[in-house]
Amino acid sequence: MSFFQCFQLAVKNIMASKVRAILTMLGIIIGVGAVILIVGLGNGMEIYMTQSFQSMGTDTLTLSIYGRGSSRSVDVDDLYQLVEDNPEYLKALSPEVNAGNVKVGNESLSYTSALGVGEDYASIKKYEMAQGRFLQYVDILKRNKVCVVGSYVNQEYYGGDALGKTIRINGNVFTIIGVLEVIGDNTEHSTDNQVLLPYSTAAKLSWGSINSYTFQIVSEDTVSQSKLVIEDYLTEAFGGDSAYQLISMSEILDTMTQMLNVMITILAAIAAISLVVGGIGIMNIMLVSVSERTREIGIRKALGAKQRHILSQFVIEAATTSAIGGVLGILLGYGMSSIATFLIVNLMQEDLAVIPSSSSVIGAFAISAAIGILFGYLPARKAARLNPIEALRYD
Amino acid sequence: MGALIEFRQVSKIYHMGDSAVHAADKVSMQIFRGEFVAIVGQSGSGKSTCMNIIGCLDVPTSGEYLLDGQDVGELSDNALAAIRNRMIGFIFQQYNLLPKLSVEENVEVSMMYAGVPGKERRERALAALERVGLADKLKHLPSQLSGGQQQRVSIARALAGRPSVILADEPTGALDSKTGRDVLRLLQQLNREGNTVVLITHDNSIARKAQRIIRLEDGKVIYDGLPDAEDAVVTDRGEGGSGA
Repeated sequence: MSFFQCFQLAVKNIMASKVRAILTMLGIIIGVGAVILIVGLGNGMEIYMTQSFQSMGTDTLTLSIYGRGSSRSVDVDDLYQLVEDNPEYLKALSPEVNAGNVKVGNESLSYTSALGVGEDYASIKKYEMAQGRFLQYVDILKRNKVCVVGSYVNQEYYGGDALGKTIRINGNVFTIIGVLEVIGDNTEHSTDNQVLLPYSTAAKLSWGSINSYTFQIVSEDTVSQSKLVIEDYLTEAFGGDSAYQLISMSEILDTMTQMLNVMITILAAIAAISLVVGGIGIMNIMLVSVSERTREIGIRKALGAKQRHILSQFVIEAATTSAIGGVLGILLGYGMSSIATFLIVNLMQEDLAVIPSSSSVIGAFAISAAIGILFGYLPARKAARLNPIEALRYD
Repeated sequence: MGALIEFRQVSKIYHMGDSAVHAADKVSMQIFRGEFVAIVGQSGSGKSTCMNIIGCLDVPTSGEYLLDGQDVGELSDNALAAIRNRMIGFIFQQYNLLPKLSVEENVEVSMMYAGVPGKERRERALAALERVGLADKLKHLPSQLSGGQQQRVSIARALAGRPSVILADEPTGALDSKTGRDVLRLLQQLNREGNTVVLITHDNSIARKAQRIIRLEDGKVIYDGLPDAEDAVVTDRGEGGSGA
């Protein structure tokens, strides 16, 4: 009896009592479906998070300086020099200074942020210009009262015609020299509702020192080295490392991904418990099946079946049952994933897709077959050891 | 040429508590190739025990059973299974066909366990079914056949394996008298064609259809000889008389 013949016989037996087979497989189907759904959810969340973070810039480092008394500080020009001196790690730099409130005419725009930035800010943030130009070094050098507005500001307050007009920032009149392309969803709370001006102008208006910087690094692969370059410089400048904080988005993303993976693994393990239950269900039915087919086993043995023939016949039958359950569970998992994606996109307005990974599919199939083999073994062994004379007498 | 089947003082003893039951008690007999022998006795006479030992489903507690010259008493389960597969063709009172398999598949079962390749299996199965007159029922299920037809399928199953001996246990017990006679006639024909047939029965009229009778009572052979001289009792108990 070859493997294929046993397999054919197993399928035949399963088809002969379909309802019983489905009920037997139910535990496996649900367990596999749940695991596929959970892994797909985790997968989708990871992709969603990565995309969100990338829009914030995983190739950037954010520096916040707390200062350590007025005797030691770091100059903007020193940091620009640092970037120039380390071209293999650092690409660009922009200071960030809060500039105060924005007014169009007499209307105060409470949700519009005004940020003083460097001339590289647009390229660091990957902003494109829709009209006019971005800030230039000369604007910064001369502390020009010029600014660039976001798409929302342009449309909402200037009817699309903001270029050349003026806007008040912190009480001062600024000329709009550029309009950004749409970044987000162009609503009041989005990043399209912002104004960018030279940091030097902003610093002068608000009498503050410049405490916040964004570095653009050359490659995400050398994040730690790039951080080290900046940290070494700052630690030396401040005589310690408590005066500043350097954060990399990609490191945060890694941490969050790790946490997500732990969570998903735990959930999947819980779902996997139902696989064990499914396996027990299979073992139960196989024991009943062996009992019912005692006579058949006796006949086969009388005709010359050895113990290993009977053993493999029943193990293959159990494994086939659970493997079919696994396939059905995978289909169920995909179905539930589609429903979940639909619900999330439509009810929560988030662009998250629940996508099962192909490795989870292969793993689920392999595990369900293994469960059949494992839980089918004991009943199969019982069948193989039946005494043919007694088995033939069984009714 | 030696005997195909030889019992030398074969005993089968079951221990129930303190007492010992001798299902077979120092049975000696010989059956030669080409013979048609009936083993007769009432229930409890030991005929089923002897059949199980002849068919290698069971082994003697003491004494020797030689099948084609080989002592099978010490063989493992797997070795016995292999011998059953190659040398014994069973025919049961209840037909014992596998209900979910077709007629053709049923006839092929023992060949499958023997590892016979597919094409040869199908040819031998078809030939066997033609021999018993059921070649047109290849794809039928056992439930679609009458009792007599099922028994003939089981005879085809036994034939297809090309056994050394056809072992029939009450083959007509579940059949009406006419169908039973047909089956017996078929067995006689098969014997004339060269097959060794051993028939187990409690029915004297059926036993008379064989060439030789071995009568058992309380686990012992009480007669071994031609059907005509039936009522003669063997004088020296435990020894088989000469065969036909």
